[in-house]
Amino acid sequence: MTKGVMTIDGVTVEIGEERNVLELIRKTGVELPTFCYHSELSIYGGCRMCIVEDDRGGLIPSCSEEPRDGLVIKTNTQRLRRYRRNILELLLANHCRDCTVCGRSGACRLQDLARSFNIANIRFINTALNPKTDLSSKCVSKDLNKCILCGDCVRVCNEIQQVGAIDFANRGSKMRVSTSFDAPISESSCVGCGQCAAVCPTGAIIVKNDISDVWRELDKKDTLVTVQVAPAVRVALGQAFGLADGENSMGLIVAALRRLGFDRVFDTATAADLTVREESREFAQSLLSLRSMPLFTSCCPAWINFVEKHYPQLTPHVSTCRSPMQMFASVIGEEYKNCGQRHVHVAVMPCTAKKFEAAREEFKTNGEPNVHYVLTTQELIQMIQQAGVIWEDLEAEGVDTPFSVLSGAGVIFGVTGGVTEAVLRELADDRSSTGLKKIAFVGVRGQEGLKEAKVTVGGRELAIAVVSGLGNARNLIKELLKGSRKYDFVEVMACPGGCVCGAGQPVASLPHRAARGQGLYAADRLSSVKRSEENPLMAILYNGVLKDRAHELLHVHYPGHEAGSSI
Amino acid sequence: MSQELSAQLLDEIIGAHQNSPSAVIAILQDIQERYHYIPKAAFAPLAHRVGVSEASIYSVVTFYENFSLEPKGRFIFKVCDGTACHVRKSTPILERLRKELSLASDEVTTADLNFTVETVSCLGACGLAPVLTVNDKVYPAMTPSKVSTLLAELKEELSHETN
Repeated sequence: MTKGVMTIDGVTVEIGEERNVLELIRKTGVELPTFCYHSELSIYGGCRMCIVEDDRGGLIPSCSEEPRDGLVIKTNTQRLRRYRRNILELLLANHCRDCTVCGRSGACRLQDLARSFNIANIRFINTALNPKTDLSSKCVSKDLNKCILCGDCVRVCNEIQQVGAIDFANRGSKMRVSTSFDAPISESSCVGCGQCAAVCPTGAIIVKNDISDVWRELDKKDTLVTVQVAPAVRVALGQAFGLADGENSMGLIVAALRRLGFDRVFDTATAADLTVREESREFAQSLLSLRSMPLFTSCCPAWINFVEKHYPQLTPHVSTCRSPMQMFASVIGEEYKNCGQRHVHVAVMPCTAKKFEAAREEFKTNGEPNVHYVLTTQELIQMIQQAGVIWEDLEAEGVDTPFSVLSGAGVIFGVTGGVTEAVLRELADDRSSTGLKKIAFVGVRGQEGLKEAKVTVGGRELAIAVVSGLGNARNLIKELLKGSRKYDFVEVMACPGGCVCGAGQPVASLPHRAARGQGLYAADRLSSVKRSEENPLMAILYNGVLKDRAHELLHVHYPGHEAGSSI
Repeated sequence: MSQELSAQLLDEIIGAHQNSPSAVIAILQDIQERYHYIPKAAFAPLAHRVGVSEASIYSVVTFYENFSLEPKGRFIFKVCDGTACHVRKSTPILERLRKELSLASDEVTTADLNFTVETVSCLGACGLAPVLTVNDKVYPAMTPSKVSTLLAELKEELSHETN
């Protein structure tokens, strides 16, 4: 049975599963302007840009109207254009209009719409209260002079991530997005996942930018600058240079980094192999003892922050493994500590929370951070553009020795389920290639927020859960604490979809997310080494720099971790 | 009147509303009735018990004019400044009160936490204009001199309370 038909701008459209008129309008090939509508968030109906006119002259906000049979609407009339212009003009009235010095310039929806609606003159005076920018967080900054109160950040923080660090405070002309008691973001319950910055349509919340510091290091003559690139970066960065989302451009990224002046370029996937080895060992050991809670993964820094700020009682159940970025930083630091030059290490990450992780006391050696600077994918794109490197002219290059070998297991770390799959490859009894395929289809792949799998290892059936998105993690934790679910191993990535959808990446819509994950699985298929333990570099490292020092260099004890609780 | 927040009392208030997130406003009202304001220390336990973020509770508290994050005085004056009271000269009453209590322009509560002076838009008693209330007791047809007398009486009452 059909749900009927609607007439949109004279075109008859059949109503399908669309949850609102706005999505049905998209089906007719029209993209209405919106600020506050995101298909994954609840409907707010605040910005009013998506209003349409019905056949009686009534105005309907299309995002909050259910499609119904017989509805006749127009989406582009003289009156609607006037109203949309008025809304834009009112939003711009109190808005900081220093576009050229805004971190979001060129990628700002308000700027885009102001241009396409040809807003040339603002008739209203600016009555903004001119609040100070909150620069307290290592990950994001908040400038309320650029906030249009669409509430996207509030809803992503409360609905998708369930972190609840921000909400609206006050009302009317004094309304603003605020933490509890307007505390600096760094002192709030914020975990630095950056999803607020990813959904912000303007420059009100932006990711911290460390480009100028990195340029300064690259300019220094007596400094050796090494860089590692996370798996997820390679399937998203190319998007800015005309490649399809999901297309692997690691070779070109390596070439670009060398052109920018980095002395050595490495692939974080190499260190992911170390993580797999250490984490598998820790997992196998944890199975020997009776545990009330599963072993949680520890690669994701926003997840670590979430545990520390929201569920500190779970800290002892989080793996003591450092993240691949930090494991690599330890090993690289050892390699170059006697290189005769000052050594600076930079990491290119899809992530905003990594900026916080890099600054943590736990990851400093003699007071110096092991990772001096974290650049997001977006920042690297900007550096490539600043330097004028012509992407099309680049030719793919390989990473540097001595860390040039990696396994497919390390590459898939960037997608939700990847860490689990890599650990399972390590632990599985079946060492054949059919065994590998079986693991791939056990249920750990895919974009769902919660995936469950049962695998038999050494005659024992293990229950595994893979979660992405902190809201899903919170729901799972609640059930674990109630005792209504039980697992042996839980992988958590803070961003929905995993690192490929991190807040440091170019923004991706739902289909693009899947494409990025597929890109990493494709890279895995092309790799000749599938299991981390088969990476020949591992033996060299474990017999070399890591000999008797694996625990010191590859593990971490956050406050609450019992020293020596594992391995 | 400001007092140390009692964890037990807070527990009772939240428990009386079955820890329900939909009862946040009612819980906040009960807390305010007891303490005359919402103490900051109440936020974390309240957020934890009802499963609503502290930022969201802050959002509710700052949305409603009626909730206060500042400690209030032992006596709370609500001077009506609705249309009827305003035209019957409520402003001089308010000015007299603020002057006698030496309140600075951005202050509503005296430093000793004895008096709070607020305006309200209408008390719904326009026939008694100009009207004010002190801790919900209504004082009709006020004048600046009557308010001075009232203030003196209340100060007298306070001196007995503290003795």
